[in-house]
Amino acid sequence: MNAQPAAPASSAGKEALRIASILAGNTHEFHDLIRPHERSAYVMALSMLKNEADAEEVVQEAFLKAFRNLNSFRAESRFSTWLMSITLNEARNRLRHRNIIKIESLDHPPGDQENISPALLRDWREIPSETLERMEVRQILRRAIADLPPIYREVFVLRDVQELSVIEAAESLGISVASVKVRLHRARIMMQKMLAPQLKQFNPKRRWFSWL
Amino acid sequence: MVIDCKHVWDHISAYLDNDLAPEILKQVQEHLDHCEICSAILDSTRNILILTADERVFELPLGFSERLHARLDAEIRGMASSPPEGS
Repeated sequence: MNAQPAAPASSAGKEALRIASILAGNTHEFHDLIRPHERSAYVMALSMLKNEADAEEVVQEAFLKAFRNLNSFRAESRFSTWLMSITLNEARNRLRHRNIIKIESLDHPPGDQENISPALLRDWREIPSETLERMEVRQILRRAIADLPPIYREVFVLRDVQELSVIEAAESLGISVASVKVRLHRARIMMQKMLAPQLKQFNPKRRWFSWL
Repeated sequence: MVIDCKHVWDHISAYLDNDLAPEILKQVQEHLDHCEICSAILDSTRNILILTADERVFELPLGFSERLHARLDAEIRGMASSPPEGS
């Protein structure tokens, strides 16, 4: 009986009102609707395409598509995950055209059955976030993400770069929550294996020597 | 029950997400309390996830937003049968 959502002030509620308004003809409001999602769409496109110009174009195409198809958006899903799934599709299409991924890599992820082991360490000294001021550290992180096999990269970017919930990641990808968790686990172990040995050298303890 | 290192590695992701069933969490925790290697693996993984979630890792290209909105604007105006501009 209560057709109105209980939390009108929530961002989801505002988004729903805005979408209704755009569909009613206030098309210029689309700019504000997508503004909070630009960055995450770009990061996803870039992670998949590994090329800034292609990623930018894919985001533009995806958002245009979202505008044209806004009337097919269903309020029971989140606008953010709807937009992300459009971006993912655009990026995948672009990849297919480029022929960079082989078709089977979508269905049979490489080494899905084998166990993945982490890099073994005896101790870990925290790498503080300030270390990201160094361009080489940012590059190392981006390269590791880019080196993940595509199905793991998608999940990792959604969950551990954009910090979506497992449910939102599942919605964006159109897969089950259980699949997200399995892929995420493998992605995280792969990242640890690639990155822990490389990042160790940026241990702050070493700063003592860097200015000598 | 005592579990070995490899068994603990299977639970790293769920451990970090606070998503382990209480009885498994207890086993993992007991193992971690005594195993410096698994503790280091867990700490490094957690550390890496904090870094990858930092906004500084990926930067938007200069002018990205302006170009995006200019393109959207062209599309929106092109689609409108009558110019809406009110405010």
